[in-house]
Amino acid sequence: MTSYIQVRKACKKFIHNGKEFNALDNVSLDINKGEFICLLGPSGCGKSTLLNAIAGFDHLTEGSVMIDGQEVSEPTINHITIFQNYGLLPWRNVIRNVELGLETKKIPKEERKIIAQKYIDLVGLTGLEKRHPAQLSGGQQQRVSIARGLTVDPDIIFMDEPFGALDAITRMKLQEDILRISRQEKKTIIFVTHDIEEAVFLADRIVVMMANPGRIKSIVKVPLGHHRDRIASDFLYVRDKILELFNIKTEEYIEYYI
Amino acid sequence: MKKLLSIKNIIISIAALLLVWEILFLCSSYSKALFPSPLMAFYALIEMIRSGTLLSNIGTSMYRFAAGYFSAVAAAVILGLILGRLPKVFQYINPVVQLLRPISPTAWMPFVVLLFGIGDIPAIVIIFIAAFFPVLLSTVSAVGNIDPIYLKVAKNFEISGSAATWKVIFPAVFPQIANGIHLALGTAWIFLVAGEMVGAQSGLGYQIIDARNNIRADILLATIFVIGVIGILLDSLLKSAEKRILKLWGLK
Repeated sequence: MTSYIQVRKACKKFIHNGKEFNALDNVSLDINKGEFICLLGPSGCGKSTLLNAIAGFDHLTEGSVMIDGQEVSEPTINHITIFQNYGLLPWRNVIRNVELGLETKKIPKEERKIIAQKYIDLVGLTGLEKRHPAQLSGGQQQRVSIARGLTVDPDIIFMDEPFGALDAITRMKLQEDILRISRQEKKTIIFVTHDIEEAVFLADRIVVMMANPGRIKSIVKVPLGHHRDRIASDFLYVRDKILELFNIKTEEYIEYYI
Repeated sequence: MKKLLSIKNIIISIAALLLVWEILFLCSSYSKALFPSPLMAFYALIEMIRSGTLLSNIGTSMYRFAAGYFSAVAAAVILGLILGRLPKVFQYINPVVQLLRPISPTAWMPFVVLLFGIGDIPAIVIIFIAAFFPVLLSTVSAVGNIDPIYLKVAKNFEISGSAATWKVIFPAVFPQIANGIHLALGTAWIFLVAGEMVGAQSGLGYQIIDARNNIRADILLATIFVIGVIGILLDSLLKSAEKRILKLWGLK
């Protein structure tokens, strides 16, 4: 059986200052339907490049990405991306922002309102429908963006460091909410982060990536249930295991010094 | 309080201008007919209001201004939105724009009069030329510098073609375009007067020429004053419209 998302021998090369730079070097990855995958790694490891390639925003130099048996070439409304800087339309209020995708789907106005309201309630923004993005906090803006993504009932949600610009407490609250929503809505989620704890808290599997060239170091299955406790021993055990993976990189440096 | 202060500033500033004018009048050796006092200009203003010529000339000028300015803004914004999305095409159009832009709109005047004759058209064309380029260039550059996230969101939600332009791109760049639209208003108003001085038999610009021909310097100066006041009013009108729209964007 072939898996839902297949990345095969993905390579992405950039020319920077006349030097060739491998953002992705021969990356292959399989993702099943309904999985929550975190792409984890330091900056420059190609995690965002890989996400953009799967989402269809970026084209690979070599290799292919297949989703549900179809080669990916363009972004589609069935695969929604949530960006770090939210991507809201500042001239529209919350409910009109959330309705954006429904307009493409040609859903009548009255029905749009009902669907949008449902997802505004789901992300906990009830009562703020008439506000404009500039009147909301960063966390609230990202909730609007998540609601907007969910309204079109996508098969896959891509999240590119979505909580990177938020303070620690807001981030934890949103992590809990996105975990709850992902269980409830049963979406396939691919989530880019450089925060190890965030990855362990959210993912079914963590794809650990390394830089120079961008590649997959290892894929870690997170053997934790749906209710995750950040200070439980099994949570800390998984986190330590991933920390160890990154330590290998420092050992490489040590060899280099000798 | 702030508003009160600014009213105080305005009154003092205008009073100083009138004072300087009066002193110059008292010291000058010109005849009264050539260099009138502020009071004489004021009487001329009253005379023009009473006879109705001022109002009818303002009406004519405003009609030309509105026709030239709004058609220029609409054309420049639409063309700018299209060209902004096609940077390769704009590379070929830009040299022509750069060639035409530094030409004073008044330089076109004799040519326009030759083609269309004296009347509304020359003034409207001049205003169009004056307002068109600043708006076109600010629109093209705003679309070229649009935050790529808007294009990504449009692509992701499969909003393409004209829907992308009107739903996403135009509103996203509007705050930048507004700047060009505002600049163009002042320029257009300046060139309206120039246009009417050469190519028309009515309007505020013509009224200045007409006053000169009749050696009525008092009417001439009163008209200049009226042109300044209308310029300020147009500017503040646009400013408040701009503020209201930007507030919708959550920017102010």
